[in-house]
Amino acid sequence: MTSHVEALGSHEHHGPPPAHQSSRVDARVLGMFLFIASEAMLFGSFFAAYFFVRVVNPEAPGSWPPEPYHFPVFVAGVNTAILVTSSFTMHWALQSIKRGERSAFLAGMVLTFLMGLAFLLTQVIEYLHVGFNTADGAFASVFFGLTGLHGAHVAVGLTLLGIVIVRGFRGHYSPEHHHGVELPGIYWHFVDVMWIIVYATVYLI
Amino acid sequence: MENPFRSEPAAFRFLLVTIAAFALIVVASWINDWLGLATFLALTGAAVVLYLRQRGPTPPPMRVQHVGPPDVRRVLVVANETVGGKDLLHALGEMALAEKTEFLVVSPAVTTRLKTWTSDEDPARAEAQARLDATLARLREVGIDARGEVGDVDPLVAIDDAVRTFHPDEIVISTHPEGRSAWLERGVVAAARERFDVPITHIVVDLQAERA
Repeated sequence: MTSHVEALGSHEHHGPPPAHQSSRVDARVLGMFLFIASEAMLFGSFFAAYFFVRVVNPEAPGSWPPEPYHFPVFVAGVNTAILVTSSFTMHWALQSIKRGERSAFLAGMVLTFLMGLAFLLTQVIEYLHVGFNTADGAFASVFFGLTGLHGAHVAVGLTLLGIVIVRGFRGHYSPEHHHGVELPGIYWHFVDVMWIIVYATVYLI
Repeated sequence: MENPFRSEPAAFRFLLVTIAAFALIVVASWINDWLGLATFLALTGAAVVLYLRQRGPTPPPMRVQHVGPPDVRRVLVVANETVGGKDLLHALGEMALAEKTEFLVVSPAVTTRLKTWTSDEDPARAEAQARLDATLARLREVGIDARGEVGDVDPLVAIDDAVRTFHPDEIVISTHPEGRSAWLERGVVAAARERFDVPITHIVVDLQAERA
């Protein structure tokens, strides 16, 4: 026993060597990189279909959307403002938990969730009143495809935010341990970035 | 290069930049379609240039703790084509004479980037192993007991791997002379000095002069 202790004392470290990270890329950062790359490719494929229908297609409509249809630009604009504001509250929530302000953190998370939910419900209502359906042409297919793909991402984001809220009310997270808030926050900002691109491209330009 | 989604604050900043950029694109496209396209291309080009030019914070150098008996010095030797060079063997011999030294010789399996991407590394590893075996045999001939292993294609990664398992007190990097060394051109020695908090000795081996 004594010799074993002495042997350990001379090495100070025992057991397996530290996790191999010679690429110097943190595993979580690498994971987020790969995830964002895969998401960019997914949205990229939908945008490729959109630009084909609108620009490359020889039978592309002269106006966008083709007559007599109209996109609810104003309602979608208000919806955009709601979603962008939810990113501010998400950022506020994370900064609050980093400072140990639990009530501000919870308020920020709940506000973010409610605004995300409002965005999603507004989009559903928009679909019901938009005046066209997927069978009304390729433009309608890419419209529902792009906005629906984004809506699915919002739904996933709301699920993540919901988990954070439940855990938050159970007393989880602290200034030292808030990784479970940070990752959904990154995802939420990514969803917002994608919406800015979708809204600008499909509705405004 | 830094990932714009590496953290929540970074992602939030990226969102704000995206809003500003697309506001500009939309306004420009309302004025004129081609102006909108030009704005989009200009902003995309600027973003790519900025992204490629930015450099993340330099991590602190890796501290290496001495392991093993205190009177035994551990030296990591990293060499590729110069692994059997006379100057290198001479320097290692002097180290072995000066004090009790344990050597680990690492020979990175250097190959082309295309072969790395296509996982066609077997010939390079076989060549590196052959050079390593010959060097270890020569070291044994002069009374130096060393062990060796074939390392990663990237010399810095090969050093990093060996540092984590071998815990060297000193690293010896052997290269061709300036002008003929790809490692010197890539700044491998300087990067190793930045990355590892142990003495690093650079030995230049001129194989052409040795053969002459």
